[in-house]
Amino acid sequence: MMMNGTVLRTRDLSIGYRRARKAPVVIASDLNFSLRPGELVCLLGPNGAGKSTLMRTLARLQPSLSGQIWLDERPLDDLRPGQLARRLSIVLTDRVDVGAMSGYGLVSLGRHPYTGWAGTMSGQDQQIVQWALHAVRANDLSDRLTVEMSDGERQKVLIARALAQQPRVMLLDEPTAFLDLPRRVEVMDLLRQLASENSQAILLSTHDLDLALRNADRLWLLSADGELFDGAPEDLILNGAFERVFSAEGVTFDRERGSFHTRQEACGRLRLEGDGVAAFWTRRALERIGYAVEREGEGGESSSYRSNLNPPQSVNGAVTVRKRDGGLIYMLEIEGREELFATLNALTTYLRRGGAGGESDAKVDEDLYARR
Amino acid sequence: MNRENVPFATSSIRVHPSLTRGFSVAPGLLLAGLAFVALAAFMLSLAVGSVRIPLDEIVSVLLGGDASKQAWATIVLKFRLPKALTAMLAGAALSVSGLQMQTLFRNPLAGPFVLGISSGASLGVALTVLLAGVAVGLGGSTTLLAGISLAGDTSLALSAIAGSGLVLLLVMSVARRVQSGMTLLILGLMFGYTTSALVSVLIYFSVVERIQAYISWTFGSFGGVTWRQLQVMAPAILVGLAGGHLLMKPLNALLLGETYALSLGLNVRRVRLGIIGTSAVLAGVVTAFCGPIGFLGIAVPHLCRTLLHTSDHRLLLPAVSFMGATLALGADIVAGLPGSQLTLPLNAVTALLGAPVVIWVILRQRNLRQAFAG
Repeated sequence: MMMNGTVLRTRDLSIGYRRARKAPVVIASDLNFSLRPGELVCLLGPNGAGKSTLMRTLARLQPSLSGQIWLDERPLDDLRPGQLARRLSIVLTDRVDVGAMSGYGLVSLGRHPYTGWAGTMSGQDQQIVQWALHAVRANDLSDRLTVEMSDGERQKVLIARALAQQPRVMLLDEPTAFLDLPRRVEVMDLLRQLASENSQAILLSTHDLDLALRNADRLWLLSADGELFDGAPEDLILNGAFERVFSAEGVTFDRERGSFHTRQEACGRLRLEGDGVAAFWTRRALERIGYAVEREGEGGESSSYRSNLNPPQSVNGAVTVRKRDGGLIYMLEIEGREELFATLNALTTYLRRGGAGGESDAKVDEDLYARR
Repeated sequence: MNRENVPFATSSIRVHPSLTRGFSVAPGLLLAGLAFVALAAFMLSLAVGSVRIPLDEIVSVLLGGDASKQAWATIVLKFRLPKALTAMLAGAALSVSGLQMQTLFRNPLAGPFVLGISSGASLGVALTVLLAGVAVGLGGSTTLLAGISLAGDTSLALSAIAGSGLVLLLVMSVARRVQSGMTLLILGLMFGYTTSALVSVLIYFSVVERIQAYISWTFGSFGGVTWRQLQVMAPAILVGLAGGHLLMKPLNALLLGETYALSLGLNVRRVRLGIIGTSAVLAGVVTAFCGPIGFLGIAVPHLCRTLLHTSDHRLLLPAVSFMGATLALGADIVAGLPGSQLTLPLNAVTALLGAPVVIWVILRQRNLRQAFAG
């Protein structure tokens, strides 16, 4: 297989819905893009931008309005249903309810395009089902009933089912939607590995910005007005595509963090001293309550770039985080006073109250430490 | 990627022994068991009734020999054998049809009659029986009445076939255009309401004798089918059963829902027409010859899922055929009230036996979805 070839590409594709006796609803038009083997592409966009319509059109579940799609260098419309099913498989958000069926049985359904009229599985079919379960690390789910599986387990088995079709392209509609955070990370990681191990192209839609930025080889950003931005995640951050696609009232995109914020004005400016993880999370805590944070040794110039907070000119104070007695301690110097805190909760509570009055319980009694 | 080679298919992957074959041993044995039980019920239904006939006499009659009493041979060959064969065929047909409808519509309460097949048959019969009655009621000749009761069962069967056939054509023409299965389900329900409204209008204007004739048709019976009618009924049902079994792979794909089925390369519209077609033939033919027999078609698939603990149609289709045949025979034996000269309406028996079974199956599970799952 040519690694640099494309497995799916479109030319001047228009997607949308046809209506009886009315003009069609065009969701996006003039789409030109391609998928290459071995890459994981995440499709992002605001609700209603047409992510599902695009996926459905690529899977031939609904017709395109105009333009061409090629799969494996053949026009999509020329493929017979069986040929298409051997080249492209899907994982939907719909809850599947197959009744009393084991994980193995569910994955076996993925062999349908390859088996005869009775669906009898050859030895090779059985090996491929085992391989697919193995590939999604779900060997232990083989004998379990699907009704007894957790959402994460069922999602893995559904991905194995799509894998058992041995497709060139896998399309997944929000595969992480109903999963808890560790399961999301696991599934995303799995998909990235599957793409590169099997030289398959995987396209998935998601709202999980952070995971997409970390795992995708490329992102497709579909804007509400039907524009598709295609590039490496970092490209799209640097060239402002994220702002254009997700622009909305009161929400700004933080280019350094790769995340969205609602706050516009900073309520103060603090200098932060300290190292490593502790300093990172101290900064997050301070920014969360609305302070612009300046790191030791960094110029003031970069601080306005690093966040969309609009910092005041003068520095209000400084926070220092240090290790002490196997734990951490936070020292705040503000308005000529010095306060010590044992937790970030105590520090942020103190700052939110305006730094005056209210001695917090978690404020560290310096004498206590001195006596030890 | 070379699709012919299995990636990562190494011997290190454990292949579960029961999964390397098409069926594991246990379901195969269960199927054989179900077939044996069906055969036993068949022999029992020949033996019991108003007169009890010993089993060895029945075997001798079936093998072409003589019974020690000539009457026994007559009873077995002329009455009980066609009735038992009819019951088996009808039970299998309704159960396969019910299973197909439950899978097609992904609805545990679907049965062979959801598409309005029995309503169509009822309307056909009602028109034949009652319209004449309306004419009589409005001052027509009473000789018509005698004429129809003589023509008897065959005219009823014909009008039922005409009615269910008409509904079938309507449903098929709608099914070709409609996108979703849910729409079809609702349309079937509406067909049902419309026809029963028409039937009640007919009943309202008809005379008592005709209403009684119509009501007794709705009770359902396996006993009215003659050898001659069986020559039409049996091939039609056997063809329908074969067609139903041919659809086991698409039915399995449809378990995932229509979108996934499409993505597996299934021609969903054609498969849907195939399922509706075979299901309608099965339910329509049974209704035409035996009347609208309730409950078997809904209950048997649930019982089989519970018993075999699978939703694989490769197992379920033969299983529901055997179990449907068994339960139809059982219901007929009970309705015959062995040892007495009385008989109960067949539909009353299927409902009295079937409803508690369905309730038990559902309550045993945590919820309806699991009951559907088995």
